[in-house]
Amino acid sequence: MNSFLRFLFYGVFIRLIVLIILGLNVRHRERLPKAGPAIIVANHNSHLDTMVLMSLFPLSLLPKLHPVAAVDYFLTSRLFSWFTLKVIGILPIKRTISRGDDNPLAPCNQALADGQLLIVFPEGSRGEPEQMQSFKGGIARLAESHPTVPVTPVFLHGLGKALPKGESVLVPFFCDVFVGEPLPWTGDRRSYMRQLDERMRQLAAEGNFPAWN
Amino acid sequence: MIQFQVSPHVLWSLGGLYAVLVVASAWVMMLRWRAPEKDRTELVQRIRSWWLIVSIFTLVIIMSCNVAVAFFAFVSFLALKEYLSIVPTRRADRRVLFWAYLSIPVQYYWVAQAWYGMFIIFIPVYVFLLLPMRMVIIGETKEFLRAAGLLHWGIMTMVFGISHIAYLLVLPEATNPSAGGTGLVLFLVFLTEFNDVAQYLWGKMLGRKKIIPKVSPNKTWEGFLGGMVTTTLLSILLADWLTPMPWTVAIAAGLLISVAGFIGDVTISALKRDIGLKDSGSLLPGHGGILDRIDSLTYTAPLFFHFIYYLYY
Repeated sequence: MNSFLRFLFYGVFIRLIVLIILGLNVRHRERLPKAGPAIIVANHNSHLDTMVLMSLFPLSLLPKLHPVAAVDYFLTSRLFSWFTLKVIGILPIKRTISRGDDNPLAPCNQALADGQLLIVFPEGSRGEPEQMQSFKGGIARLAESHPTVPVTPVFLHGLGKALPKGESVLVPFFCDVFVGEPLPWTGDRRSYMRQLDERMRQLAAEGNFPAWN
Repeated sequence: MIQFQVSPHVLWSLGGLYAVLVVASAWVMMLRWRAPEKDRTELVQRIRSWWLIVSIFTLVIIMSCNVAVAFFAFVSFLALKEYLSIVPTRRADRRVLFWAYLSIPVQYYWVAQAWYGMFIIFIPVYVFLLLPMRMVIIGETKEFLRAAGLLHWGIMTMVFGISHIAYLLVLPEATNPSAGGTGLVLFLVFLTEFNDVAQYLWGKMLGRKKIIPKVSPNKTWEGFLGGMVTTTLLSILLADWLTPMPWTVAIAAGLLISVAGFIGDVTISALKRDIGLKDSGSLLPGHGGILDRIDSLTYTAPLFFHFIYYLYY
């Protein structure tokens, strides 16, 4: 029942919104992973980011595809939790750790071991529309623990214009999705973060975006 | 609602259109067979996109009048969305842009109702006055004039201009009994797109003297004039089938579509050059975005409409 709802949600409803109301300009789609385990890393400006990334993959991968999301935001009420866990299919993790907690990335490690595809937004929150914040280090820890799992960076533009944080009206815009080459594990976390940053900047520089201020 | 029936003239013309596509595809296949090492991806994609465009167009135009009107509303939506995605906009105007999109269903509702008076003033008067008012309520004055002007130009071109194609469909059938409004739409759209291709081909074959190098360096006088002659000849041939125009008027219509199509094309080119883009998008492989395809129509549609409306309706 839930998996059917999830199929309906992503396969019909979200695809209609993403492809007709919005419209995507995808570059290098062939670089996306075709099977799990895999990590997709993207910048984050809108709730639509997840929806767009989910719609880039064939529906056959849907059962294995999960956005990693914050417990404190997405698991607030009972009904909302059911929706985010079962329909959106998030993998909840804790944003803040207190003493004595287990490794907050343990659910991700488990999911990757099970061959799942994870969507990660290392900025940690959506922030100001169309401005990229610096990436947080958890992604490097994840890559370190799974050096053979491909980490594919994706740059998104325009979704922060269509539905920014704090807005409820969706305004249609064509959005850009630039997929980068997977980034192999470099051996240490600092150089890995630097390279990931660099790759995101290069992807962003592929576009010629109009002013928005 | 106006009763809708597809006349044999329209069907035969559509058949002719498919014949042209078959010839084009065969020609490309021959080119690839003669010189297989050359990369012709763009040409192949372009013709494939033409097949898709013509198939959707046929389907829509023979289904029903309302479906066809809704289809042109959707074209306006895609065009306005593409325009607003490539031009600079203000964050403060998000809600204003939402209102701008709402003008599309309203404008096409007037078309479906065949309410000419409202169709002709809704955007130039009401939307023109309403959107700046909405911007003032938000209160951001920085770049106000630029934002207001930019938005109105987009709505006039992409919504008001394109909706003229749809209004041809609801003009009284009796004036053009042999092909109806569908015939007029087919005449306008086919000649406009044919003129684009003809100008391109003539320019490729004979092009020497640049016509407007600062805006569009590939456009030549030879292409422009060659397109004009072929389009006008085709206009004379088709007018008898599809429109109420005798051949003398058809010459004027052919010249009008050819010249206006050229101006529409270079106007959108100027816009893209200003922004620093080659293509306006990637919706139609081989063509670019939707604006790259309907650029000429933004001029030919309103001009041809008022030409024929003044003379016959």
